[in-house]
Amino acid sequence: MSVSTAQAAPVATAATEDALAQASQARLIWWRFRKHKLAVASLVIVVLFYLVAAFADFLATTDPHASDARRSYIPPQAIHFFEPDGTFRPHVLGLRGQRDMQTFQLVYRPDPDRRLPITFFARGYEYRLFGLFATDRHLIGIENAGPSDGIFLLGTDVQGRDLWSRLMVATRVSLTIGLIGVTISLFLGVLLGGISAIYGGVVDLLIQRLIEVIRSLPTIPLWMGLAAAVPSTWSVTQTYFAITVLIAFLAWTDLARVVRGKFLSLKTEDFVLAAELAGAGQLRIIFKHMLPSFASHVIAATTLALPAMIISETSLSFLGLGLRPPAISWGILLQDAQNIQTLALAPWLLAAAVPVIVVILAFNFLGDGLRDAADPYGQ
Amino acid sequence: MINFILQRLGFAALTLFVSSILAFVIIQLPPGDFVDTYIANLSATGSAVSLQEAEALRILYGLDQPIWVQYFKWISRVIVGDFGESMEWRRPVSEVIGDRLWMTVLISFFALIITWGIALPIGILSAVRQYSIADYVFTFISFVGLAVPNFLLALVIMYLSFRWFGTNVGGLFSPEFELAPWSLAKLWDLIKHLPLPGLILALAGTAQLVRIMRANLLDELRKPYVVTARAKGLPERRVVLKYPVRAALNPFASTIAYLFPYLVSGSVIVSIVLSLPTVGPLLVKSLIAQDMFLAGTIILLLGALTVVGTFISDLVLMWVDPRIRHQMD
Repeated sequence: MSVSTAQAAPVATAATEDALAQASQARLIWWRFRKHKLAVASLVIVVLFYLVAAFADFLATTDPHASDARRSYIPPQAIHFFEPDGTFRPHVLGLRGQRDMQTFQLVYRPDPDRRLPITFFARGYEYRLFGLFATDRHLIGIENAGPSDGIFLLGTDVQGRDLWSRLMVATRVSLTIGLIGVTISLFLGVLLGGISAIYGGVVDLLIQRLIEVIRSLPTIPLWMGLAAAVPSTWSVTQTYFAITVLIAFLAWTDLARVVRGKFLSLKTEDFVLAAELAGAGQLRIIFKHMLPSFASHVIAATTLALPAMIISETSLSFLGLGLRPPAISWGILLQDAQNIQTLALAPWLLAAAVPVIVVILAFNFLGDGLRDAADPYGQ
Repeated sequence: MINFILQRLGFAALTLFVSSILAFVIIQLPPGDFVDTYIANLSATGSAVSLQEAEALRILYGLDQPIWVQYFKWISRVIVGDFGESMEWRRPVSEVIGDRLWMTVLISFFALIITWGIALPIGILSAVRQYSIADYVFTFISFVGLAVPNFLLALVIMYLSFRWFGTNVGGLFSPEFELAPWSLAKLWDLIKHLPLPGLILALAGTAQLVRIMRANLLDELRKPYVVTARAKGLPERRVVLKYPVRAALNPFASTIAYLFPYLVSGSVIVSIVLSLPTVGPLLVKSLIAQDMFLAGTIILLLGALTVVGTFISDLVLMWVDPRIRHQMD
């Protein structure tokens, strides 16, 4: 047996070596990344989250803005898959409101006699898919429902709005705010980090001091101060962009440091000197020769910067200084869960905490995996 | 060494200057000037202000002059401790803030100590026993600590303790001490209430430091001098603690400079959830009520606080890292 492995091994290594020698950089990175199981799983989770963001309205079951005082604080409903006689027919139980004679709260109990069948691709409220196609189809729903009948997978809030549907729409807002914010800070980081490294001298000194100053300021109070100045007359979209820009303006420093460090270490590499001697222009050297060798690092740093953005937005909105209702984001959903009285009454309002934690963890693992995979001297 | 201290002092002054400008900008941001708001507030309560009085107020605060003169007037009043008047509370800002600033200092500092106290041993442990169960458990906890925003952690802990123990963990004092003057009993009450918010605040920073310490120490442990030390028969404990840990501590110490602003920042939002008597809840209230002198002062003071904290951690860094001490001479 030992003989056969000894014979087989050189052939296999020769084949892999061949493949290794011919593989492009992207392929090499992908191979290394694939080995990182946790990072791959995180990539899948992140993709799923962005799919939810893209199809938020389709996945929602009830209009996330529609409030109805009669439906306030309905606890989460379970989906039953089988009828009592064993036939497969997914349904939820209708609700019967009863007034608790001690607290005078309306308490909802499932009513086993009223089964509401779930329809796939049901008609519900109207929306525009990707902002383009008007439709009223939703993944699941209950057709011909009574006024307070519905499907409340995660329960409702005080105004009777369906938490599940709100969570879907909030995912879109919170995830895109992170994406747009990170794009702005990537632009600022690459620009200022690049300028800092290329020009050096006084410019470098000034930019580095600026970065240090920004990093040694307490960011949350600053954000709060600046965000509070966003006029309350601004529309939801305007506030959204103002908050994104605000977050991005204090968050570019890490990226700038990465870019500057990479630029400086590449500047002295032989291939850059060779390109210079061959008569390549400054811009050509930067974009054709230097950028490809550190683009992957920048991508990894960007992935690691995203969760910080999401936390910032969530924290600001949670304090009531970020996005404002009627906008829906994770922070705004958590705002409802701010005090202990509400939490004791309706603990399901904390559900919005789960996607925040999961997506931030996933981005961290993904960024770590990307960083390891992008490092050619890693192993 | 003197050079290093002077350089850091210069940097502290620069940061302080920038944060004073930012605070001033934040005070100026709402539409209309301070006197407009003041008059609106007064007339809302029924007392009218004549045009002359308004003019006199404007001249008093230098609102008729260019913006940099206004900044200069404001900052020279701040330096002597006159932060202006809080419009919402109708009392001097310094009086409104009162003890709250010291509570913020206390909590942030306490959290800093906890962070260090936890991160150092855990970091060493998970590097020395790499891939052991303890390493995996701590790595997992660090990642969760990194991923859960601390206000969310506070919220969840508050809910769980209410659910299981039926107690409200918020606040820094028991009800009977809240308004009582300072006494030993009150101090003891405060000490009993400190660990929970301190721990919540510390967790996120701890996670980061554990990861840094673990990575640094792993790099050091693979170096040949460690093998030499072992070959010479040094006990394992001394091999690890005497050389690699000291070397790994340097990058660790330099991250502390960024830890303090981070903790101060976090204390603001955790205080709001746990209703701690720090400047955090006051800042939110003042921002929502557009009580700008109060808000600006708090932001300025928090900035000053982090500058002092950063400077102190620079001194610690100098103490830990002999290269800094000697290189600069």
